[in-house]
Amino acid sequence: MGQQQGAYFVPTKSSWPFVAAVVMFTTMFGASHWLSAQPSDTSFGKTVLTIGIVGVLAMFFGWFRSVIRESLAGNYNDQVDRSFRMGMLWFIFSEVMFFGAFFGALFYARMFAVPWLSGEGHGVLTNQFLYPSYTGGWGAAGGNGPAHIGGNFETVTAWGLPLLNTLILLTSSVTVTIAHHALKSAHRGRVLVFLGLTVLLGALFLYCQAHEYMEAYKELNLTLHSGVYGSTFFMLTGFHGLHVTLGTIMLAVIWFRVLKGHFTKEHHFGFEAVAWYWHFVDVVWLGLFMFVYIL
Amino acid sequence: MAHAATHDHHDHHGAPSNFFVRWCMSTNHKDIGTLYLVFALVMFFIGGSFAMVIRAELFKPGLQLVQPYFFNQMTTMHALVMIFGAVMPAFVGLGNWMIPLMIGAPDMALPRMNNLSFWIMPFAFALLLSTLFSAGGAPAGGWTMYPPLALQGGSVAQMVFAIHLMGISSIMGAINIIATILNMRAPGMDLLKMPVFVWSWLITAFLLIAVMPVLAGAVTMLLTDKYFGTSFFNAAGGGDPVLYQHIFWFFGHPEVYIMILPAFGIISEIIPTFARKPIFGYKAMVFAIASIAFLSFIVWAHHMFAVGLPLGAEVFFMYATMLIAVPTGVKVFNWVSTMWGGSMTFETPMLFAIAFVILFTIGGFSGLMLALAPADFQYHDTYFVVAHFHYVLVTGAVFSIIAATYYWLPKWTGRMYSEFWGKMHFWNSVIWVNVLFFPQHFLGLAGMPRRIPDYNVAFANFNMISSIGGFLFGASQLIFVGVLIHAVWGSKKKATDRVWEGAKGLEWTVPSPAPFHTFEVPPVINDEELAHGHVDH
Repeated sequence: MGQQQGAYFVPTKSSWPFVAAVVMFTTMFGASHWLSAQPSDTSFGKTVLTIGIVGVLAMFFGWFRSVIRESLAGNYNDQVDRSFRMGMLWFIFSEVMFFGAFFGALFYARMFAVPWLSGEGHGVLTNQFLYPSYTGGWGAAGGNGPAHIGGNFETVTAWGLPLLNTLILLTSSVTVTIAHHALKSAHRGRVLVFLGLTVLLGALFLYCQAHEYMEAYKELNLTLHSGVYGSTFFMLTGFHGLHVTLGTIMLAVIWFRVLKGHFTKEHHFGFEAVAWYWHFVDVVWLGLFMFVYIL
Repeated sequence: MAHAATHDHHDHHGAPSNFFVRWCMSTNHKDIGTLYLVFALVMFFIGGSFAMVIRAELFKPGLQLVQPYFFNQMTTMHALVMIFGAVMPAFVGLGNWMIPLMIGAPDMALPRMNNLSFWIMPFAFALLLSTLFSAGGAPAGGWTMYPPLALQGGSVAQMVFAIHLMGISSIMGAINIIATILNMRAPGMDLLKMPVFVWSWLITAFLLIAVMPVLAGAVTMLLTDKYFGTSFFNAAGGGDPVLYQHIFWFFGHPEVYIMILPAFGIISEIIPTFARKPIFGYKAMVFAIASIAFLSFIVWAHHMFAVGLPLGAEVFFMYATMLIAVPTGVKVFNWVSTMWGGSMTFETPMLFAIAFVILFTIGGFSGLMLALAPADFQYHDTYFVVAHFHYVLVTGAVFSIIAATYYWLPKWTGRMYSEFWGKMHFWNSVIWVNVLFFPQHFLGLAGMPRRIPDYNVAFANFNMISSIGGFLFGASQLIFVGVLIHAVWGSKKKATDRVWEGAKGLEWTVPSPAPFHTFEVPPVINDEELAHGHVDH
């Protein structure tokens, strides 16, 4: 590393970063005004938020288009390639830490907050004076706290849709790896088939997840409002679902790029970055399946 | 655009003449570094003006000037602006300017992302500062945003989204710095030949990527608790406000070191230059920074000794915190040993660096006092804590940034600043900052709580002294602005390439002012010319 000889590549000026800052600000400004406005007065915030989101999408489209063009023009040497790889790896690490915060909240609520509220350890007096009838427990047996916020609910069983979703994601990891090997041996047809399968599996996962959410809201009365159980359940699975959505879109974009012949068997970092991201999403799901659904 | 890409750095050796094109579309690490530094200076004065309001209100007991709720907005916004708007961007700006010059790289590894990292910041602070003019007022629950208090005030959504934006900016900036250091070094610039400043930024960048997402998670939970009916921090729903404090301080303590490790790096550059000796114990300095960074992840609950932690946690976090004194002691020892027997001269950067070593160490010692869990029950939430973290952040982080500015300014502008006015700035700063913060130790030990607009008359004298120190310290910083303006536009005295007689390292081999593009061809590294001398490994 750092040993490469010869000319460096420094990219040309671009207005996309500035545009990105403007549209990100527009999105956040709109969202904050929508949330903090009186219920009768949310239209300004919603309008600005919509403009911002459309702007963010357009920005991603434009910025990536210019990057893809530069890549196809052969501007990116090995050093740039390494910088991109490091960028993607550290980005995924930051995502791991983001999920870490929510897993931390889950473990803390389950191992400490709820037991202490029910009188364990140094929570004896809290329980005695504030919530004498609360006996704790997790899931349906007390996961929504002493005030039973959100009312009685039932939990999603691990061995139904969640198990199916686990199998779907694990299979998709296999298919994306087969596609990668096919790309490295320059079998474009096989890449398209297996990458396409991966996209479909991602979409299928999202369909099952949506189905599970509807069932939770309509039949189990498990909602975002179901105390800390509902909060951790929906925030963890929801953020994961959001990442699967992004990953599926990224895989679909890569599928079209394969179709257009953007990748060679040596140079296909775009493919690899998305594959790494997909594996990351997969690993987070295994954590979710274990700690949110099974245990 | 695409066609010009490969030829860009061959075709344009100067900066573009169009103002918007140059500053808003930049991919140049020097211009983006300048933007960061100017932004940080502006924020330093905005955050400083909030501090002036605080000190004016506390000049005498009783309510003088502002309403308590506005006072709380001032304490909250002062901290948020100074931490996220002044200190952090200033260090990123210094890193942007100096890291490529110090490792012999033509630019940052990901120059466009670099520009995005910067441009998010003015917008994030526009969002945050706009709350001062909104009906609900600015956030007033303290910069730590503890629920339920922080959720009861206005502008929670603006605060949360502003922090999301700052976090995105910091993460991208940190990724860029890591990729630059690991991937862009000139041939022969081995990891253990890098200047300590570069090492300190490599480790700081790792901390940033590890903890900014955790802060994002914490404030996202605040947002959903406030607006979407979740119960993360609501005991009635099985949550716990203390959970927020754990997540926040898991971010918050590494954050404290994010604001001091680059300062350690800067001081480790300046002292060898003006002592005309290589840094004492180069490898020990690097390993000490790494040890401090590691320890920063296992000490967070020392901010929470008074919330009712289990005894085992109190004891663990107390001892883990005291361990930090060991690598920090190594650093202070090595700075002093570097000066020992050196041919020292006392130009402005060196004065600030020596003041840093002494005054930061005072802040370190008061930190050691606060680390003792049984004693902390007495000090917690008093002015002693305020005195402690202002010693490490103002006479620590801010002094190091000022020292770095004087140290590298001739390289940036090609002109020498006024040494007389630099020294005026130094002596005024160093005297008044102690008048400002030293009495706050006594106030805290006597029991004056922090974050209050009114206080017992028993605390009147020390508060008045502190306020006078505060106003004069604030006014002294106007000298700094004068020196900067003079050095950039007025000074007639040209700087040499090396600038300082004892300066070593790649950044001093390029002309002053540093050309728009440097090291387009990797430089040849001469080990004898590195700041820390020859290292065997």
